[in-house]
Amino acid sequence: MIIVIDYNVGNVKSVCNAFQYVGCEVGLSCDRKKIEKAAALVLPGVAAFGFAAKALGNLADFIKDLALAGKPLLGICVGYQMLFDESCEFGAHKGLGLVSGKVVPLPPGRVIPHMGWNKVALPEDMALFAGLESEKHFYFAHSFYADVTDKAAKIACADYGFNLPASIQKGSIYGTQFHPEKSGPQGLQILRNFAQIARGGQT
Amino acid sequence: MLARRIIPCLDVKDGRVVKGIHFENLRDAGDPVELGARYSDDGADELVFLDITATIRSRRTIVALVEKVAKNVFIPFTVGGGISTVEQMDELLRCGAEKCSLNTAAVKNPDILTRAAQRFGNQCVVLAIDARRSKTRAGRWQVTIKAGTEATDIDAVEWAVEGAKSGAGEILLTSMDADGTQTGYDIELTRAVADAVTIPVIASGGAGTLEHLYDAIIKGRAEAVLMASITHFENYTINQIKEYLRDRGIEVNL
Repeated sequence: MIIVIDYNVGNVKSVCNAFQYVGCEVGLSCDRKKIEKAAALVLPGVAAFGFAAKALGNLADFIKDLALAGKPLLGICVGYQMLFDESCEFGAHKGLGLVSGKVVPLPPGRVIPHMGWNKVALPEDMALFAGLESEKHFYFAHSFYADVTDKAAKIACADYGFNLPASIQKGSIYGTQFHPEKSGPQGLQILRNFAQIARGGQT
Repeated sequence: MLARRIIPCLDVKDGRVVKGIHFENLRDAGDPVELGARYSDDGADELVFLDITATIRSRRTIVALVEKVAKNVFIPFTVGGGISTVEQMDELLRCGAEKCSLNTAAVKNPDILTRAAQRFGNQCVVLAIDARRSKTRAGRWQVTIKAGTEATDIDAVEWAVEGAKSGAGEILLTSMDADGTQTGYDIELTRAVADAVTIPVIASGGAGTLEHLYDAIIKGRAEAVLMASITHFENYTINQIKEYLRDRGIEVNL
């Protein structure tokens, strides 16, 4: 079973709905026993970074340890941003530090928030994108982005006047700045792929 | 490159989708759960659900309905109508909405935009502005509230700028004059607001032809176009709209 971490942020239901739709057994929980037993974890989120970090509280270290021990983890949107070291949205906040990089404001000179469907170039060697064409539109809604500095992370980018990191993979840690659960058929394919990863199909 | 968005809007009253003219003379347009699923399957870029009943008595029903609609919607889902607190936003976001739109509550107390942005991020906070051409000042528009029933003396463009500063991440801009007429968006209004803010503007009210959508994007500089009548009653499919815009050189998610 995939457990979507329930930590008092919005849009958790959408993530569960989408996993259910692709035929995946999914639960929503903040219970440590369930989280520990899960085949894989999803850290979702529609929230400001600081609010999300505070809401996750001491579950953060627990999840971090499980991810470091190899349990597949998928961060979405703010959940993705929290994989990194820190953010400066409404003040400085610490992330999980699983992937090196900082969450910073989108550079000015463009429409912000980056809101809507942008094309992401999908590298063949990223497991989340199995079965998809080389580029697809995904739904973004954010004003901050992760400046990824981790050499060990694979990165897929979108073009928003600069190479905007849209998705990462580092070992069994996965993340998407966009919302796969809200990106139509191509987004659902990503969730299917993550479910496959959870079943041990790929790492 | 970011695609321009095609956004159908469900105006919901007493559990049914309705569509009127100038916010009046409503006619039935179907079941929100069915229509929502249809738009999600047909490739709409986003779905907006506006509760136009919006009385305190109906809030529980609306939350339950939003949850039902969201179950089959795998595209971004914005919910608005009668939201007056951050707690109500939280409730809607938990049951399947990605964004909430605020209108009257934000006019009465702009601070709600700030509090909502601090909690949910500004990408989650849509400021809905219902604007009507000023009868006294040419080239200006007045903000109206309470589903268009109450005029204010607030200037729509100035309010958009203030709203963005306060924490709104997007403007859903409806021309009351054009609403339901299918004679085209108020391009001048759309352009005036889009030029004044750096957050995305969704043009709303008046879509009747494919050309209208093109004009709102190119002449009005709208990031997204909202429509109801032309897609609810199947004058055009979402695909037809996107193919038309693509063929005229606009980036769409097709």
